[in-house]
Amino acid sequence: MRYDSWFIWGFAATVVLTTIMAGSQSLGLTRMNIPYLLGTMFTANRDRAKVIGIGIHLLIGWLFAFLYAAVFHAWGGAGWWRGGMIGFVHAAFLLVVGLPALPGIHPRMASEQHGPTAKRQLEPPGPLALHYGVRTPLSVVVAHVAYGAILGGFYPLH
Amino acid sequence: MEQPSLRDYAVIGDCRSAALISRFGSIDWLCWPRFDSGSFFAAILDPERGGFWRIAPAEAFRSQRRYLPESNVLETTLKTAQGTIRIVDAMSIASEEDESKLLFPEHEIVRFVECSRGELEVETVFEPRPGYATKRVRLCERGKLGFWVDLQSKCLILRSDARLEIRGDRVLGRQRLRAGDALRFSLSFNSNAPAELRPLEQVTLAIDRTVAWWRSWIGKAKYDGPNRDAVLRSALLLRLLHYGPSGAIVAAPTTSLPERIGGDLNWDYRYCWLRDASFTVRAMFELGYAEEAAGFVGWLLHATRLTRPEVRVLYDVFGNAPRAERTLPHLSGYAGSRPVRVGNAAQAQLQLDVYGEVVEAAVQFIRAGGSFDAETAALLREIGLYVCRHWRDPDHGIWESRSAPVPHTHSRLLCWVALQGLLELEWRGHLRRKAPIELFQRTRDEIRREVTTSSWNDRLQSYVEVPGTDQVDASLLALAQYGFEPASSPRMRSTFDCILRSLRADHWLVHRNRELAIQGDGAFAICSFWLVHYLAIGGGTLREAKEAFEAMLAFANDVGLFAEEIDPPTGNPLGNFPQGFTHLGLINAALSLQRREQGALPPQRGGVSQIST
Repeated sequence: MRYDSWFIWGFAATVVLTTIMAGSQSLGLTRMNIPYLLGTMFTANRDRAKVIGIGIHLLIGWLFAFLYAAVFHAWGGAGWWRGGMIGFVHAAFLLVVGLPALPGIHPRMASEQHGPTAKRQLEPPGPLALHYGVRTPLSVVVAHVAYGAILGGFYPLH
Repeated sequence: MEQPSLRDYAVIGDCRSAALISRFGSIDWLCWPRFDSGSFFAAILDPERGGFWRIAPAEAFRSQRRYLPESNVLETTLKTAQGTIRIVDAMSIASEEDESKLLFPEHEIVRFVECSRGELEVETVFEPRPGYATKRVRLCERGKLGFWVDLQSKCLILRSDARLEIRGDRVLGRQRLRAGDALRFSLSFNSNAPAELRPLEQVTLAIDRTVAWWRSWIGKAKYDGPNRDAVLRSALLLRLLHYGPSGAIVAAPTTSLPERIGGDLNWDYRYCWLRDASFTVRAMFELGYAEEAAGFVGWLLHATRLTRPEVRVLYDVFGNAPRAERTLPHLSGYAGSRPVRVGNAAQAQLQLDVYGEVVEAAVQFIRAGGSFDAETAALLREIGLYVCRHWRDPDHGIWESRSAPVPHTHSRLLCWVALQGLLELEWRGHLRRKAPIELFQRTRDEIRREVTTSSWNDRLQSYVEVPGTDQVDASLLALAQYGFEPASSPRMRSTFDCILRSLRADHWLVHRNRELAIQGDGAFAICSFWLVHYLAIGGGTLREAKEAFEAMLAFANDVGLFAEEIDPPTGNPLGNFPQGFTHLGLINAALSLQRREQGALPPQRGGVSQIST
């Protein structure tokens, strides 16, 4: 494992992913704000949640970069297209499994069945995160494919 | 249903945005997320297409309403032969402490409906029409998460315990209520996902929090003079129009409410005019709101810094140029008054009076103990130099005439005020680096000579609106307000008489100028408060001033709100509603009356006597 490359390219890929998602929000493609989504797990303070969320997202990005690097090693090769493919699978998993399960993990997220309560007031993502805008799946896929492609393209196996 | 009169409306807001609610339980105007954003409801500008949200008895009813004491939370009581419901409407606000601990929607209107007598059927019609009714509405029901209007980058969420259903592009409901029954509604706006959803059991808590926030704010008011309720209502309105994130104050929360029914004098007032900036600062300081006054001066200096040394007439809430003016031909306008305009072309006008307002606001800030950084001092010096170069230029004047520019007495007066103010700042040591004091003094004296000769009309025995002509306008009262002429001087008294002779529409109602009086425009409400101010600062007796003030207060609607103008024959409001400047005029007139009652003539603005050469 090339820890220096994992560290640098994991950071770079996460920054690009976060920027694509934030840009999609600014362009009106989605309402999804990943730092806010993550940060509200820890605080109800809107401004602080966004800052905490950025930190958590970077950490998660690094963690996933480690998994991507492990897959490249197991696969015996990297490259942008391999990275992009893993990114696509990653995004699909997130949209189909991860985000819909979020109300079970997130302490402030309401569920579709019970609606909001005093402690759980955040909108759940719904299937494929479509509640956050119909183009949300597209933004998530593009961002994760870019993330994977950067890691695959720049992570040296040897 | 017949279109309500403007006097049938009341406003709620959260210091970022506002909604107008009719006495018939209908929200007919709502722009989110900012005052100047596109509308979600605009039935006030087009009852057919504009969109609204009405909760009211299904049968004929009478209504009565009030603001809950010391708040901008509205209570409307609707009575039918069979029963009575009470609707409490609030745009929710929470304290900073609550916001740091709890999740709240970005913007939210909560409506609490309670049946207090008998039994009656209540009808709900929710008809959102985003983007001034230009965007397609996609409504969807998400079970316990409510009804959603998804607009990609933002969403509107309606939640209620009433039985509601989607019919086409509306949400409808009809429910029988008996005494003691209640319905709760929450309409929220979010641009972030995940959006915050209000649990319905917290609707009354949100109303209580909002009332507590307003009461805590108005509780700091130091005013104890005449007509306290009217003054506090005006202060509450100004706070509602005070855009919290930047400190700016918008002139009114509406666009294109007509100055003449059926006419085309329909303008967008959801911007921040620099006019009356000094009155604003003075009113805030004197009412005890130093923080808001400092915030406003901060916004003012920030906004003007972006275009230095030139100053625009109006800015958006963040100090940028408003969007270019355009018309919305698909909207029929209030009572058929077309066109409906958004954006404001007056931003491109030259109005020299704004320089005096900016400097005078800065002077008020310094007198209250404030201080400037070096950059602000440099900006003020540059404004002084600009005024010295341009005070003779023709401009569009305070009334924002859209005809060719001409020299205006009022603009020259405010140029004099600017230089007088700068000399005071220099005298107080706040202009920092060496300012061209001699130039400022020389120009100030030159302006005085010019105004006292060219703007004086011997035949009329009055100052005139445009030098060398024989027309007066109400802005000439500012000659006394800014201390250019003592209010009790023979010249000022005869000018006052001439204004009343030429512009009086009814007892204390006056038109802005002769041209608009002839065209049949309404009387300009702030001008009447200027009359009161003039009388209070020495132009008349205390009794006359109080009589005029109380006569004016009678023109407010049932919840104490004024529009920009008043229709003399009917007393109905005209123009954008409610209008911050009118209420500012009311506060300043009251403050002047208070001082006069206390035995002192109120100080006139426009610098200190020590500076005269």
